[in-house]
Amino acid sequence: MLNRIDEKFAQLKAENKKALITYIAAGDGGFDLTEQAILAMNQNGADIIEIGVPFSDPIAEGKVIQEASLRAIRDYHTTLKGVFELVKKLRTQTNMPLLLMLYANTIFRTGTDYFFEKCREVGIDGVIVPDLPFEEHDEFQEASEKNNIYNISLVTPASTGRIAKIASKAQGFLYCVSSVGVTGMRSHFDTDFNAFFGEIASSAKIPYCVGFGIRDGETAQKMGGYCDGVIVGSAIVNKVGEFGQEAVPEIIKICQELRQGLDKA
Amino acid sequence: MGKIGRFGNFGGQYVPETVMNAVSELQEAYDKYKNDPVFLAELHDLYRNYAFRPSLLYYAEKMTKDLGGAKIYIKREDLNHTGSHKINNALGQVLLAKHMGKKRVIAETGAGQHGVATATICAYFNMECEVYMGREDMERQALNVYRMELLGAKVTGVDSGTATLKDAINEAMRDWATNIATTFYCIGSVMGPHPYPTMVRDFQKIIGEEAKKQIFEAEGKLPDCVVACVGGGSNAMGIFYDFIPDTSVRLVGAEAGGRGIDTPEHAATLSKGDLGIFHGMKSVFLQNEEGQIAPVYSISAGLDYPGIGPEHAYLHETGRADYISITDEEAVQAFEYLSKIEGIIPAVESAHAVAAARKIAPTMRPDQIMIINLSGRGDKDVQQIARYRGVNLNA
Repeated sequence: MLNRIDEKFAQLKAENKKALITYIAAGDGGFDLTEQAILAMNQNGADIIEIGVPFSDPIAEGKVIQEASLRAIRDYHTTLKGVFELVKKLRTQTNMPLLLMLYANTIFRTGTDYFFEKCREVGIDGVIVPDLPFEEHDEFQEASEKNNIYNISLVTPASTGRIAKIASKAQGFLYCVSSVGVTGMRSHFDTDFNAFFGEIASSAKIPYCVGFGIRDGETAQKMGGYCDGVIVGSAIVNKVGEFGQEAVPEIIKICQELRQGLDKA
Repeated sequence: MGKIGRFGNFGGQYVPETVMNAVSELQEAYDKYKNDPVFLAELHDLYRNYAFRPSLLYYAEKMTKDLGGAKIYIKREDLNHTGSHKINNALGQVLLAKHMGKKRVIAETGAGQHGVATATICAYFNMECEVYMGREDMERQALNVYRMELLGAKVTGVDSGTATLKDAINEAMRDWATNIATTFYCIGSVMGPHPYPTMVRDFQKIIGEEAKKQIFEAEGKLPDCVVACVGGGSNAMGIFYDFIPDTSVRLVGAEAGGRGIDTPEHAATLSKGDLGIFHGMKSVFLQNEEGQIAPVYSISAGLDYPGIGPEHAYLHETGRADYISITDEEAVQAFEYLSKIEGIIPAVESAHAVAAARKIAPTMRPDQIMIINLSGRGDKDVQQIARYRGVNLNA
């Protein structure tokens, strides 16, 4: 069974293009805004969308996404149920790959089997679970595979000696974290990228994309040069934080800038 | 795969990839040092000559008479250096950090007791120390904040979420992920990813080992009941552990019932929680149907945590230990009771154990023995208890 993520990367490869993967916190500003933002990103250069399911205690996130999660829960009472409804609605309008980024407890508490069945039913293609390392990967594996939902694996500059085994089990694309720490925009990177991506290139049999700290066309171009695509979260979520209901034109602007930068990579 | 560090179904290593190598490094270091005679000799020397161990097992004669049931002994962890059992674990972990060559230690703290203990050992070893503390707890425990600063630690307030213990842990985990190469995360309870629940329990199990020896010296037999308060559960695991194989000994954990477990304002995890995955472990958590962690409440900053260590979840599931909940009011009454009857002011956390003992001891026979683990002293709580009772100390 084909997964939309594989199809998208095959298509990009044929077009000799890199993937622009963008993240948005579901329900931040309300579901209507999330829906408009996703469709706008799709039409302005984004290839794959990560939909963040807000969690009360997002330990892997920096300030920007922490605050977005809080707004979504406190001000808009965002629930997973609502996110599934949103995805169902989006699926009538786009065939792009859609991923959920969420914490292990959201899946586990919802009921692992039910969660992945529901993902398949509404049209989710993959999940990214930041607090599920390789050692605990089999927590959701049976249910995700049964429903053809990819469980995206992450590697970081602190993954020394672990990259080969993580890559051997990775599905869809390998999520390469550019620097240690939490999500968010950075003024500079300390990572030795040649060494990091060198190790990844020698192990990964699937596309690999880089995230954490990519904030504009320039960083997209620079980081895109190392891999098959870039992942941008906080720089987009920040627009919702700053411009609220008027954020969509700003999100369009930054997507276009990221796309242009990435196309030069 | 995936079954390492489990207590039955509970435990595990549910942490971001960034910290996995650090977790593995810690696991290897701990496996290496836990049976190393030099490390253990150093640790036990510090226990004895720095932390003032063994702590007393005190016969509470007046309380025994007053309650008219079991003969009550109190394990005086409040007499340790820094005033609580937290020093046992902080000594072990910071000594391990030193052996691992780490220069910087971070910790989270609720009531401030673990923060103070960690800051103390870091001062002793001349190591950099940063303590994360919820902003609300900083207000409740202002004295401990100043103590940590006196000891040379940096105290960083956490405003996110409920601004209490769980949020301090979130922020400490983010710091750890950011400074992974240089930093040792000294977790204060039997929680978090493996090896922490096992390692912290091992550093605390001296409480139960001593208590067992002391009760044999005093009474020539095992106790019938051991009572301890439970937040994350480190003092309880510490005193329970050596008694687990002695199935005649009833083990009782006292959880924070706050304003009552039929209100939303409590922290009684095992009474009202559900199985979940959070803070590196599969355990029981107070949460809603979608897995959002609940904003818990207790008068006691040290018990104000929405989860519990995985080994407690296992002892609860297997029925080896019982867990009951104690309300704020019951804890405050026990705080006042022990102060007046025995001249011992307990920490408000430990007062939960005293309150549980007041319920259970009268149902036992005079030839039976109960040990209460008095995990900490109450000086830090005096101001808050005054406020609770409507006494204005600044008037």
